[in-house]
Amino acid sequence: MTSVNKAGLTDRLDSLYEFDREPVKERNLQGIGNFIGMYAGEHVAGTEFVIGPLFVIHGITAGDLFLGLAAGNLLAVLSWAFLCAPIAVRTRLTLYWQLRKICGPYLTALYSIVNALMFCFLAGAMIAVSATAVGLPFNMPMPGLNDMYPNSLSWVLIVLLVGLTVTGLAILGFEKFAHFSKVCSPWMFLVFVAAGIAVLPELGCRSAGDFWRVANEKIWTGVPAAGQSKFTFWHVMFFAWFCNMAMHIGMADLSILRFARKWQYGFASVFGMFFGHYAAWICSGILCAAARGSVAPGPIAYLGAGVTGAVCVVVAGWTTANPTLYRAGLALQVATPDWKRWKVTLAAGAVTTVAACFPALVMRLLDFVALYGLVLMPMGAVIFADFWLLPRIGLKSDFSAETGSPLNWAAAVSWLLTLAVLWWLPLELFFKGLPGWFIVVVLYILLSFVQQKRFAPGKVPAEV
Amino acid sequence: MRVPAVVLSLAGLGLTLLPSILLFHGLLGWKAHTQLMFAGMLCWFVFAPLWMKVRPR
Repeated sequence: MTSVNKAGLTDRLDSLYEFDREPVKERNLQGIGNFIGMYAGEHVAGTEFVIGPLFVIHGITAGDLFLGLAAGNLLAVLSWAFLCAPIAVRTRLTLYWQLRKICGPYLTALYSIVNALMFCFLAGAMIAVSATAVGLPFNMPMPGLNDMYPNSLSWVLIVLLVGLTVTGLAILGFEKFAHFSKVCSPWMFLVFVAAGIAVLPELGCRSAGDFWRVANEKIWTGVPAAGQSKFTFWHVMFFAWFCNMAMHIGMADLSILRFARKWQYGFASVFGMFFGHYAAWICSGILCAAARGSVAPGPIAYLGAGVTGAVCVVVAGWTTANPTLYRAGLALQVATPDWKRWKVTLAAGAVTTVAACFPALVMRLLDFVALYGLVLMPMGAVIFADFWLLPRIGLKSDFSAETGSPLNWAAAVSWLLTLAVLWWLPLELFFKGLPGWFIVVVLYILLSFVQQKRFAPGKVPAEV
Repeated sequence: MRVPAVVLSLAGLGLTLLPSILLFHGLLGWKAHTQLMFAGMLCWFVFAPLWMKVRPR
């Protein structure tokens, strides 16, 4: 460990991502089928059991839901195809190395740590989702919509048990579990659909022709639950567009799409959006209505599919939490250079499990997911501006790689100042991402102009 | 070995979805629906891992 102790931040970071340092080679490019499978699998997950019901309790109408989801998911697909994929196939680098070239190691380290903390909370929400199903045979009192704190000792014990299991498996390794999650995906999607269909008769829907009437009168009635805000078409559209903002506009999926033969493979995300974020959200909303407004994923899935539904919730929560926790551990290793991977993952698991004890994490999932995208989005906007816009106005891209500077302060100020502006912006959380993207782009261009004037020819330091 | 595994795992998916459609049309009870779904789940998880490929992410 001595050599590790002596290594600088840059070396530690680089060693974590050493395997992906070079652009993807031609022979390693993959076909469209792989991307279809990946996107379809990743977006049918435990969160889908929570998001659909939350739309119901926020009093969306059926028309607004169906149209809002269609528009938002379409915009998400276009964001993958036109913002993320074109840069991915030109640079063929991971997000880490792209950021490293533009922003330098310090800012990239900060991004990694923020990302890891977000991953921990996301994994925590999934552990809580699984716990609602594990608690079924023990008659555990389910957390309610307005519960912020643990509502019973049995809830805490079951969350600790699930958290311990998920953390243990994340420590043991990733590849086998990644394979297992791929195997689960088609089955999980069909469980969502089957459970949704199965409860329709209980809501008074006896034929396909009845569906729209029942949808309006019994499911998405337009009346929010007590104490909940009212959602409109715009809430649903922006949420569907921005819930994966970190991945498309935030450019995290550069790491995936760099293997694509053509930028058009970004359109493969349509399978994730319309299977997972359209069909699955609608089905889980139907289940919520059949359960008379209950949003606890375990009981509503049991209502539609019996033991299979409960198993599906456990599996859906676990297959999302496990890789998320593994990635959090990997990212947090940046901040804990002397710790072995298992120890970092254990610490991340402990934070995650404690967070999972608080039902607020699940009941406020829409807010958390929107915040997650918003915090990470600015770095994607920086990459966009750096790649497409700076060269067109006579400025250099990849500032840190070109100058050897360990910190691109134009990117750092753009990120932090934008978040500060968005904090004060009098808009609901779901709507802040769009103006935020333009603010980052404008700030980054202006600040890069100032920064690069300092490093005019003759002042450029030697490359590191 | 691959072909029977594919067929049986797809049968598992069929058993996951079809009972709910029969239930919707009043041709099956809730208990039979959940039992068939459970059988479908077993079928899928026993046979699908035998043929589904792992691709590097």
